[in-house]
Amino acid sequence: MATAEGQQHPISVYFWVWGLLFVLSLFSYMVDYLQFQGMLRWTLIIIFMLLKAGLIVSIFMHMVWERLALMYAILLPPLLLLVFVGIAAGESDYTFLTRLAFFDEVTEFTGHH
Amino acid sequence: MAQDAIANAGYQEVVADWSGDRQAFQVPWGKAMMWFFLLSDVFIFGCFLSAYMAVRVATVDPWPNSAEVFALSFGGDPIPLILIAIMTFILISSSGTMAMAVNFAYRNDRVKTAALIFMTAAFGAMFVGMQVFEWTKLIVEEGVRPWANPMGAAQFGSVFFMITGFHGMHVTIGVIYLITVAVKVMRGHYDNPKPGKGSYELVEIAGLYWHFVDLVWVFIFAFFYLW
Repeated sequence: MATAEGQQHPISVYFWVWGLLFVLSLFSYMVDYLQFQGMLRWTLIIIFMLLKAGLIVSIFMHMVWERLALMYAILLPPLLLLVFVGIAAGESDYTFLTRLAFFDEVTEFTGHH
Repeated sequence: MAQDAIANAGYQEVVADWSGDRQAFQVPWGKAMMWFFLLSDVFIFGCFLSAYMAVRVATVDPWPNSAEVFALSFGGDPIPLILIAIMTFILISSSGTMAMAVNFAYRNDRVKTAALIFMTAAFGAMFVGMQVFEWTKLIVEEGVRPWANPMGAAQFGSVFFMITGFHGMHVTIGVIYLITVAVKVMRGHYDNPKPGKGSYELVEIAGLYWHFVDLVWVFIFAFFYLW
């Protein structure tokens, strides 16, 4: 456990996480390789991404063994990014529709994305 | 009161008020500061990725299919996205060796710690090397530029070079950082004959930076390469 001497944990914990990260990366790659599309693709990609991120932060970066004060200070502020994403999504949809409305005659529209 | 004694004492008053003579985080200060630096970096990469989403949604030109763009052929048919998959596995391997290095550091095992950090740095250098290959392929063969992209939306070029470039810079700086730490470990710089008094937390702090670089790649891989 975490002591004044630092983070000291059994090596097997690291090997487990290492293995899991490999497997999860392989799964994310397979999502593309097997050409999953639509909601299934996005659900899988985001689940694997969050699991990998969670394992790295909690075990490799030892966050689960830190005190709550540090956890809150580091992990809560990034949630603000969801606000950025929300604003940017609304704005870019608007830009896309405006471009379609005004540039359609000059630019040949070949499809979204 | 101690507070009264230093009232109106300029910046010392500010320091006294803000610190309140209390320590908020029960970790070595270097570790807390590395965490705060990484938090700021989260926002930099978070802004990059949300800007990428914004320009990608807003463009009316087709977005190149990353599975084909980053495919490689080993004699036979091109395998989709294989280059990026290999880079991902290399970075994860480096995170594993770094975690081991931190573990051995706290066991005061100088030789194994240094060896594992050097291994981590070697994986990092391999990653950067593959990125150089990827950039060269895109610039020379595909003609992608930060302002232009023959395969469709010009924004692809802009965000590709900005995001992977900034991440690659982090890896490069990380490799240099790790080498300096490994050399110090080898020289016994962090040893201290008093038990528990060594300063091996500096290895853990370097590890935090390195794991963060891997963490950012997880998000880039999901949002840039798999979208």
